[in-house]
Order: sequence, then structure tokens, then C-alpha cells
Amino acid sequence: MAEKIIVLAEVQNGALRKNTPQLVDVARRLKSNAESRIILVLAGPKIESVATEAAGLPVDQVVRLEHDQAWQGTSEEILETLHAARQELEGDILVLGNTSLGKEIGPCLAQRWGWGMISDVIRLEDHQGKPTFIRPCYAGKVFDEIEMLQPQFVLTVRSNAFPPAENDGRQAEILERVIALPKDALKTSLVEVVERPTGKVELTEADVIVSGGMGVKGPEGFEFLKPLAEVLGAAIGSSRAAVLAGFIHPSHQVGQTGKTVSPSLYIACGISGAIQHKAGMSTSKCIVAINKDPDAPIFEFADYGIVGDLFEVVPHLTEEFRKILQS
Amino acid sequence: MKVVVLVKQTFATEARIELDESGEIISSRVKKVVNPYDEFAVEEAIQLVERKQAEKAAVLSLGNTETQEGLRQCLAMGVDEAVLIDESGMGGADSSITAELLAAALKKIGFDLILSGYVAVDDNAAQVPMRVAEILGIPHVNVVSRLEVQENSVKAWREADGRTEVLATQLPCLVTADKSLNKPRYPTLPNIMKAKKKPLATYTPADLGVDLKSPGCRVVRHFLPAGRAGAHLFDGTPSEAAAALVSALRNEAKVV
Ligand SMILES: Cc1cc2nc3c(=O)[nH]c(=O)nc-3n(C[C@H](O)[C@H](O)[C@H](O)COP(=O)(O)OP(=O)(O)OC[C@H]3O[C@@H](n4cnc5c(N)ncnc54)[C@H](O)[C@@H]3O)c2cc1C
Repeated sequence: MAEKIIVLAEVQNGALRKNTPQLVDVARRLKSNAESRIILVLAGPKIESVATEAAGLPVDQVVRLEHDQAWQGTSEEILETLHAARQELEGDILVLGNTSLGKEIGPCLAQRWGWGMISDVIRLEDHQGKPTFIRPCYAGKVFDEIEMLQPQFVLTVRSNAFPPAENDGRQAEILERVIALPKDALKTSLVEVVERPTGKVELTEADVIVSGGMGVKGPEGFEFLKPLAEVLGAAIGSSRAAVLAGFIHPSHQVGQTGKTVSPSLYIACGISGAIQHKAGMSTSKCIVAINKDPDAPIFEFADYGIVGDLFEVVPHLTEEFRKILQS
Repeated sequence: MKVVVLVKQTFATEARIELDESGEIISSRVKKVVNPYDEFAVEEAIQLVERKQAEKAAVLSLGNTETQEGLRQCLAMGVDEAVLIDESGMGGADSSITAELLAAALKKIGFDLILSGYVAVDDNAAQVPMRVAEILGIPHVNVVSRLEVQENSVKAWREADGRTEVLATQLPCLVTADKSLNKPRYPTLPNIMKAKKKPLATYTPADLGVDLKSPGCRVVRHFLPAGRAGAHLFDGTPSEAAAALVSALRNEAKVV
């Protein structure tokens, strides 16, 4: 059977969200034969540059969906628009990011459509010729390999777990559709939006994260980490203890009750490595720890470490990175 | 107004997970707790009753006899009644079946506002609450860090990626809690004693008349992530160590 794979691309700050090419990569891996088709769906008001960028990805078609009511920008609108476009899209697999949006609309659509769903996929494998999905449970302490028993299903994919699909030099065709929503479809209204000053890089999408814990001693400690983060183009993360101590906004917290991140490089400064912290970052490709306690648990699962005072080490690191990145 | 909180009993967050010879997760030796995110929802429900915005707060869980302990803890925190759907003998339920059972029980016991944690820290699936809202055909707000309940509506602050959204919707609805919603209280000894006398009803799936579908997916295996070998440490002065580390990150790990 040639299946039709729908990938939902998100738009953030007027641009295609960074995880989009990764979702396309997953879709390509799921194609069972040459006839399988990948449709990249954008839901929302027209943004020319985003559609053009999306069409450069190796997909068969880009479909931009809009609905016939005033666009507020809620996830409910995207949910209802996708649902109303179901017949037209005729998809078999829906690939979403494991993002705020994906976590919300994925289970809703799976339930409505009677589809299966697997959340937070980090790898695809093969079990006796059938595709299987690897996902972390118990805060990354166990991985599950899951086989889908239903032909139609939704996946949410962890950011940075898959490489980005490369542009193939072709521009896919772009279709535009205005979807008529039932009058009472939208039940939620957006009263206000507060953009959060999390810096330029979204924590869950960042390729590099510089993270601070109680060892940074105070809010000034996070200022102290900023030059290192800037040189690396990194997002700033934190432990829960640092959040509870009021050093930094809760949106930076990494861990079991914070964000789950999977960057190429995670630099933990003054973080002991509690199991709940590890839960949020253990699938990072490379973990570096800077801690003055040689027995800190973080050294057990870091790849590289320096035993020392972060206030002495970090400026040297910044300097060394600057040398190699700016030469 | 009646608030019902969906809670799940999970492994304590510090629990070590081990597999037995057949590859199953060993759960017998592990300390169980109320899912930390659900505790925020329980606390919020109790505060709504204390502020007289709700008449009653109940907790509802799918579990087994062991789950009673978690439900008693919620009663000791201050909720008025507990309902357990006993799944013993069902051989496990996936998100869809769990949601069907919870929704059926919710219809039976009645609700105006449903609260729950947005994710359970064990299976990390974050599917059940949204599915419950779908089955009941009510609006939802997911991952909420602040909630205001009015007569017929709610206003909820939601942490979306990169921004906070303030959303409004009508009751009845379902709201899931993020960690910054509130600070859950610890049960006091007198309240632990009082909780023993509060009602805890038990239903079976048959009582709820739910037709149990076969699960939509199957776990082929559980496996433990490959352990990391332990950090390669760089010594020397801070400047020497930093130089050696950056060189390893570029040439060995190839991440910069
Ligand atoms: C239900 C539950 C959920 C939780 N969820 C999370 C979560 O999501 N995320 C999370 O992070 N935690 C979480 N925790 C908390 C977790 O258990 C730890 O308490 C927390 O991670 C510790 O933070 P920390 O490493 O910053 O602080 P500490 O454990 O106090 O460690 C500070 C470290 O800094 C080092 N240090 C001090 N000064 C310096 C210096 N000058 N230079 C270098 N190193 C220095 C110390 O040696 C120490 O290792 C949770 C706990 C519970 C019970």
C-alpha cells in the first residue's frame, strides 16, 4: 500500500520552525514504497517566505490551510482546521513535533479519528520487517520499542532526535485551501499573548544548551554564563533547584518536571546531576559537566568533565570556543 | 460546581528501574507516588473548594488496590471523595482505553471542571487528558500555569513554546496542570486520620459498561538505555583543561 504521510509544520515568529526538516526526515523513513507521498501541511495565515521555504523540503506537496473565521492563533484552530480537512487530506500517518502544539492536538485527533498514537518518538527501528518506534519512558530510564497495530496513526517526534532532511533542489507545488469550520467549532478564545524573553533560541530545539544549577549561586550566575552561551549560539537551561531559588524563570528548567531536551551539546555548570535532572537531558548527544565536586553524580553520565570552580573555568571555555568558532 | 481530578499512581521519580529476565519492568520493589503533575491539579481543586468557588472536589483514578494509597493521600490533602476504577485482570490499558474508562466514570459521577496533570512521569505519553476531553466533547486547555475560575468559564495561562497564552473557555472543560500552577500541600496528621473516613468508591470496567477494544499498539520490548562510560575528565589549570575540553569536543565528539 502506498500511504500518504501528513507532516504538520509549525510556524514560529514568522518562520518555519526548526524541527520541520526533522519531521520530514521521519516521514521519509516511514515511506514503504516509491508511491508513498509526503504532504507538508501549514496551518495559518499566509506567510509567503514560509511556504517557499517549506516547498524546498523533499516533500511531494505543500498544503497551506486556513479557516474561514478570524484567525487568532490558538492550537484549537489548528486542531479544528486539520480535522475539517481530514477528507481532503486523506492521510494515513500524521507526523507532529512533540511540541506544545503536537502534544495537544495529537491525542485529540487520534481519539477523534480512531487512529493509534505514539508520543515522543526518538528513533525508528525494524522488528521482523515491520517498522517500530523507540520512545523513552520513566523519564528516560527505560526505552520502549513499540509496534503499531493500527494502519493509521499519529506520531509526535522529539526535537533534535532525527537529522534534518536536506533540500533536494526541487520546489514542491503549493496548494492553498480555505476550510469552512462549523460555527461552533471554536470554543476557546485567546485573551492575551505574552511573548517570553527566553532569548533567541528555543530551549527544546537548541543545538547547544548551557545550563546552570545551584552552583551558579544566584541570578548573576546566569548572567555570568551568557557570554559562553552567546559564543555557542546556545540556549540557557537550568536545574529545578535554581528555579526554586528564584535564580531564573521556570521556562528554563530542564528535567522530569521541566523541559526535555536533546541537543548535540549540553554543558552543565554547577549541576549535581540528580536523577530528575538527568531525565530531561540524558538523550543529549554529548554532555559536559563542570562541577567542583569530583563525586557529583553528573560525572557518571557526562561524556566530558572538568572538576573545578565554574567561575574560573567558564571564562576560559568561552575564550577557547571563541578561538575555534571565529577562526 | 464539582471538580474532578484525574490522578495516576506512578513510580517515585527517584526510583531505579530494572527489568526481570523476561524483560518486564520490575514494579514490586518500587515506591509508588501520586504523579507529581497530578498533585498540582489536586492542590488546585482543593483551593477552589476552600475559596468556595467549588462545592466539591473528587479524585478519579484507573488502577488497582495499590492505587488506593495514592487516593487516600489525595483525600488527606483535602479532596472530598475518591473513585477508583479497578483494572486488575484487564492486563493493562493503553491511552485510548484508559481515556474511555475515565470518561465513562466521569459521566457517571458528574463534573463541571476536570483537572489533571498534563503528563504522567512514568509513561510520558501525555495523551489521556486530551483524549478524555475529546470523548466528552468538552473544550480543554493544556499545560496551564495559572487558572482563574469564573461562574461559567475559566481563564487559563498556558505555557506554549516560547510564549504564554491566556485563554478563555466555557465550563464544563478540562484543564491540565504544569508545574508552576501552585505548590501542593503535605497532608497533616489529623487530615490523614480524617481521610480514612472519606468515601472511596470502586468500579470495575464492567460497571461502567465500557466495551474494551484491543490496544492499538504493542510493546515489542523494554530496554535500558546504553550506559555512558563515565566522564573523561580534563585536569590541569582551568585554562589548560578548558583548551583540552574544547579540542575534544571539536575533534573527538565533533559537536562544535
Ligand atoms: C518530583 C521531583 C521532580 C523534580 N524535577 C526536577 C527537574 O525537572 N529538574 C531538575 O533539575 N531537578 C528536579 N528535581 C530536583 C532534583 O532532585 C535536584 O534537587 C536538583 O536537580 C538539584 O539541582 P542542582 O544540581 O542545581 O543543585 P545541587 O544538587 O545543590 O547541586 C549543585 C552542584 O553545584 C556544584 N557547585 C557548587 N558551587 C560550584 C562552583 N563554584 N563551581 C562548580 N560547581 C559548583 C556542587 O558541587 C553541586 O554538585 C525534582 C525533584 C523531585 C522530587
